[in-house]
Amino acid sequence: MEKTVYSLCFMCSVRCPIKVVVKDGQVKWVEGNPSVPGMEGSLCPRGAAGISFLNDAQRLQSPMIRDGARGSGKWRRAGWDEALDYVADRLKPIIDQHGGKAVALGERTQLATHVSQTFLKAIGSPNHFTHDALCKGSVNTACRSLFGLTDAQMGIDYKNCKHIVLYGRNIFEAISVKEVNNLMDALENGCRMTYIDPRVTVTATKAHRYWMIRPGTDLALNYALIHVILKERLFDAAFVDRWVHGLAELQDFVHDYTPQWAEAETGIPAAEIVALAREASAAKPSVVFHFGYRGANHTNEIYFRRSILILNALMGSIEAKGGFFFKKGPGEVGGKPARKLTEQTFAKIDVPRFDKVGTPAFPLPDPAHGVAQMLPHAILNEDPYPIKALIAFRLDPLMSIADTETTLKALNKLDLIVTIDVNHSDIAWYSDVILPESTYLERTDCIQQANGLKPQMFLRRQAVAPRYDTREGAMILKAIAERIGTGQFFPYTSVEELVRWQLEGTGFTLEDFDAKGFVAYGKNQIFWDRKDGIKLKTPSGKIEFVSSLLEKAGFASFPAYEPVPAPAKGQFRLVTGRNALHTHVSTQNNPYLNEQCPENLLWINAAKAAELGIQNGDWLDVSSKCFTGTIKAFVTDLIHPENVFMLHGFGHRSQLAARSWGRGLSDAALQENISDTVGGSPAYHDTFVTVQKASVKAAA
Amino acid sequence: MSHYYLFQDTRKCIGCKSCEVACKSNKSLPPGPRPCQIITVGPKMIGGLPRAAYTFMPCFHCENPWCVAACPTGAMQQRSADGIVFVDSSLCVGCKTCISACPWGAPQWNPETGKVVKCDYCKDRVDQGLKPACVTVCTTHCLKFGKVEEMTQIRRERHARSVAALESTAF
Repeated sequence: MEKTVYSLCFMCSVRCPIKVVVKDGQVKWVEGNPSVPGMEGSLCPRGAAGISFLNDAQRLQSPMIRDGARGSGKWRRAGWDEALDYVADRLKPIIDQHGGKAVALGERTQLATHVSQTFLKAIGSPNHFTHDALCKGSVNTACRSLFGLTDAQMGIDYKNCKHIVLYGRNIFEAISVKEVNNLMDALENGCRMTYIDPRVTVTATKAHRYWMIRPGTDLALNYALIHVILKERLFDAAFVDRWVHGLAELQDFVHDYTPQWAEAETGIPAAEIVALAREASAAKPSVVFHFGYRGANHTNEIYFRRSILILNALMGSIEAKGGFFFKKGPGEVGGKPARKLTEQTFAKIDVPRFDKVGTPAFPLPDPAHGVAQMLPHAILNEDPYPIKALIAFRLDPLMSIADTETTLKALNKLDLIVTIDVNHSDIAWYSDVILPESTYLERTDCIQQANGLKPQMFLRRQAVAPRYDTREGAMILKAIAERIGTGQFFPYTSVEELVRWQLEGTGFTLEDFDAKGFVAYGKNQIFWDRKDGIKLKTPSGKIEFVSSLLEKAGFASFPAYEPVPAPAKGQFRLVTGRNALHTHVSTQNNPYLNEQCPENLLWINAAKAAELGIQNGDWLDVSSKCFTGTIKAFVTDLIHPENVFMLHGFGHRSQLAARSWGRGLSDAALQENISDTVGGSPAYHDTFVTVQKASVKAAA
Repeated sequence: MSHYYLFQDTRKCIGCKSCEVACKSNKSLPPGPRPCQIITVGPKMIGGLPRAAYTFMPCFHCENPWCVAACPTGAMQQRSADGIVFVDSSLCVGCKTCISACPWGAPQWNPETGKVVKCDYCKDRVDQGLKPACVTVCTTHCLKFGKVEEMTQIRRERHARSVAALESTAF
């Protein structure tokens, strides 16, 4: 018996539409959904490794309860009832004694996030947080400061773009398949690509212009670009007059930020900066200054991301073909979105969040995501109050939050750590209980509301029965809720039933997804009228260069640029990034992906390496204020001398993920936990390290 | 020579290795053998820009395949219908002679079976009217599979577009 199931990949968070072929209860084949433009069969390597993930014996197979000290690796397998009882028996007294606020739940935003949020609302906890802040909190805040809308509500019309400028947005290695193919089409049609990064990446090898910028100085570059654009009147005057609030203030602000000034700061020749400004202007409004995917590098992150968005506004590339657009929801065509469990009525929660987001102490980050990197501080200092339990739902605080040793100290203070995951993650290794989730090929999931130029809904469908004793996350949280007395908020007996409830009132049924895996609310792309129809959500209804959001919270819209000093002698700025073969911290143990890329290396500039007597392949000791670890050297001319670089996601500590255990070095262990305290992102690239040949493994 | 040609549009290739992973997954191979492989050369600076070659290396399915001639057991074969070169693993004894014979390293060693495995253009898929695994899932569709004479057209048409100057020609 062979059947075809249309579903959504989950080897990363992009959720590409896929077609799955199942024969005799086994997944035989996975490819990109042929009916979706930009997919048409395509998968990235992680998506292509989906079957090996499904069948891997080195993933979580059954509930487990700790049977020794935390992190000792001593476990006993448990049945679901025993494991769920174990969690409830410890969670209930914590809630009774300290209130629901003593429970935090962190997750990577996922299709059933409304279930997790419901779980916490039901117990009166405000402490839901997501991975998003760690990735792009400041991008989100920057977008709200200008448009009143978040980055998640914005999209890019790659296909019609005529010039794209990428600031370390390594679009051909940190892959989203549709974006890659739409940009490929544009390049084929003559689109120009400018790539700016202190390190040469695959994207750099495809670019028409590449600048090895001095690390941390992209903001100086942008202020100079804005300077040129205003001075030479290269902007879209009609669009700016209609939609921009604060042009005069911007003009005053950038007056002294000349290309010559930026050349000294960035290392990019002034004439080339002027040339880019003119070239971009010639392509307007089909020009994109990409605001980034991950935007969590420096303590001034929000101002850098704002400067990118301001460039787009000046080009008029907002709600334009070949530029940015605001995503349209079903309401645009008179449709209704899928329901969410969070629409139920809950008791009001009047305590602040653990990260103080939304209070005067941390006013601007998005409370829908919180600020995850504040968790260690909150736990260790009981500030603003004691946190006693953490549910880590496919989010690994140990490898995602900077300064792992401090995070570990904080976690050890907790009375209860529960991990819901598919992998033997590091947080699972340090947990008290592990509740294994079924993989994306084994479960149906909640509706994906895919807003865009054409509003659609997609659905992840179960392709095969679970290989092991695992369950869907939405069923796991419901089972815990039933044991602590909040089961009434989870009125379903299966995920399919939950999805049918979600679809009520939308005019669509579960069966409508059978043919292609998605449904569309309408046929045509929706662009708002650029003259009068752009529905901005700022108080002024305009694009706020002078931002009421920032100024009301006591922050400047245009703070003076602070020069970036060169690293102290013997030090390097540590920069991290991705390649096509791994997703964050979750795929390093996959058999095929591990084969392709088993460990990370430390990229170091050849001239600097020569000074330190380092050769390609040498074992190195890398030290920050937080940690010292060993890693092999990759000596190259293709990185700025002030930088060293390593891929994110290596140096796993869980011994049960045997292929990735101890391979490479964890960037999170080295990084200091510092933040952009305005926008909310961590400043992952503001850690400095020393590098020397390793004493221990030198002979290895 | 097989009737088919697997063309790599190098301008679109991003060296992501989706092809390699899909190939191995489709053939359920353990770590080690790679019936197709992307070899990256570079990047190095060329005229002020970093450039790299991501070169796709499957089996070329030669017209006169040395691996077939070298195989002492008849395991390595060429399909008469379409020229696809494949190994019948039930006849392979693991002698590795084909590995010695192939100038391009196409036959791969499977340590789990002790036999050779190689690119067969996913002949089972081809027989069903499908494309090989690598071509189907290629992230950027830079891999194309078809008749040899069709494949040269992509570059010709691109070149024609790049030299055509419709706006400034009187002809």
